[in-house]
This record gives sequence, structure tokens and C-alpha cells, in this order.
Amino acid sequence: MERKTKIDAEEGKQELVITREFDLPLELLFKAYAEAEIVEQWMGTKVLKLENKQHGGYRFETSDAKGNVVFRANGTIHEFSPNQKITRTFEMENTPFGVQLELLEFEKLTDDTSKLSIHVIYESAAKRDQVLQLPFAQGINMAHNRLEDIVSKLK
Amino acid sequence: MNLRRDVFQAIADPTRRAILLLVAAHSMTAGAIASNFDTARPTVSKHLQILTECELLKQQQNGREIHYHINAKKMKEIADFIEPFREMWDDRFNKLETIMKKYQSKK
Repeated sequence: MERKTKIDAEEGKQELVITREFDLPLELLFKAYAEAEIVEQWMGTKVLKLENKQHGGYRFETSDAKGNVVFRANGTIHEFSPNQKITRTFEMENTPFGVQLELLEFEKLTDDTSKLSIHVIYESAAKRDQVLQLPFAQGINMAHNRLEDIVSKLK
Repeated sequence: MNLRRDVFQAIADPTRRAILLLVAAHSMTAGAIASNFDTARPTVSKHLQILTECELLKQQQNGREIHYHINAKKMKEIADFIEPFREMWDDRFNKLETIMKKYQSKK
């Protein structure tokens, strides 16, 4: 399988770069970030607020099947230049990961393809590494839940 | 490099992650591990073999029994790996691409 998304994270640095090329015209790629109802679909989260403009901000919230809030995030928009650049902060609420600065650059490759680079800067190298490890830890947790399900069925 | 990729494949499987979690609590024999799963014993043995080959598990002879225990050093190493993080973004972006392609064709 071709790996389209690249993560460039040098050891000991407090930043990383996520790059991805899309089979989408630049305008459509940007639209996926600009419109709340589209963001909801691919991020898999509810968008409570999305003011895409300078001095604007956003709030995301995800609930589980029982309606408990499992994820809350917010940020401030510093720059919103259509089809070019978004500069914003990102903070996962009630976590120790701090606030991160995100610089999203949108680039046209051909009429039908485009590229997105997200430069993320964390409060410290240690915090960056914690965020990087999060999906791995969640994978272990999911395995744990599955295991609990299996064990409870045995009882 | 090859070993690294194998480790990713090893932890990509939910049953193998569950095995790692079980053994992380305390070292166990293959039989004791298998008794926690509905899966057939040879399947569990295969998982154990893969985890041992990637050095995530170590075997230790205890009298007549072989106990499996976690190789903490290797586990710590994979905890630093960014592959699950990359996969998370890749899934998200794949979804974005699919949604926008549909959006495009509707226009």
C-alpha cells in the first residue's frame, strides 16, 4: 500500500511536519477545512464553533454512544487565507499536552491534485513526544477494552 | 529497518496487542495466554511466535514450563514509534479525500 501521509519528526525537537498529497483540486482541499459540516465528517467530531477568519476561533467536541463527552478541543485562528494558509492554535481540553501552534499550507500541484503541509510546534519536545505516542496508547486501550469484552463474555 | 516494520505489523493486530497487555500484567505460559481468547490454540501460538520474533516477548524456561514475558526495552522503543500517529492522520485524510470527491461529483 502506498503511504501518502508523511510525518517528519526529528528526535529531540518540539515540532513536526505532516505532509499529504491529495487527488483533489486545491479549492476542494481547502473547502474541507473551511466548512464546518465537512470538517465534522472527516474529523469525526462535532463542530460547535468555526469562525474561519483572523481573530476567529473554533471548538470541537466528540461524544461516545452514551452521550459522554470524550474529546474537547479548541483554538484561535490567526490567519485565514483561502487556498493558501491557515495559522491557528490547537488545544485538547483536560489533557496535559498544552497548546500547539499549527501552520497549514495549501499548495496546488496540478489542476486535479494538491498538497497540504502542517507544521506543528509544541510547548516542548517532551509534549510533542507525548502527543505522538497517544494513538499507540489508545490502540493498547482499545485492545484492553476488547479483552475486557471477551473476558466478561466468558464469565 | 526490516525489524522495525515487522514490529509495526506485530502491534497492528488487535489480538496481539491484547496478548501484550495480558503478558504485561505478569508472565504467562502459552496455555494460560490462549485460555483468555476464543481463538484456536494454534492461532494464539502463531501470534506468540510473531511477537517473540519481533522481540516484544521473551521466552523463559521455568522448570518444564516456558513462560512468556514482556521485553520492556522493546516495548518502550515502540511506544516512541510514530506509526500509529501517522496512520491516524492517513485515515483522516483518506476520509477527507473520499468525502470531497463525492462532493465534487455532486456539483
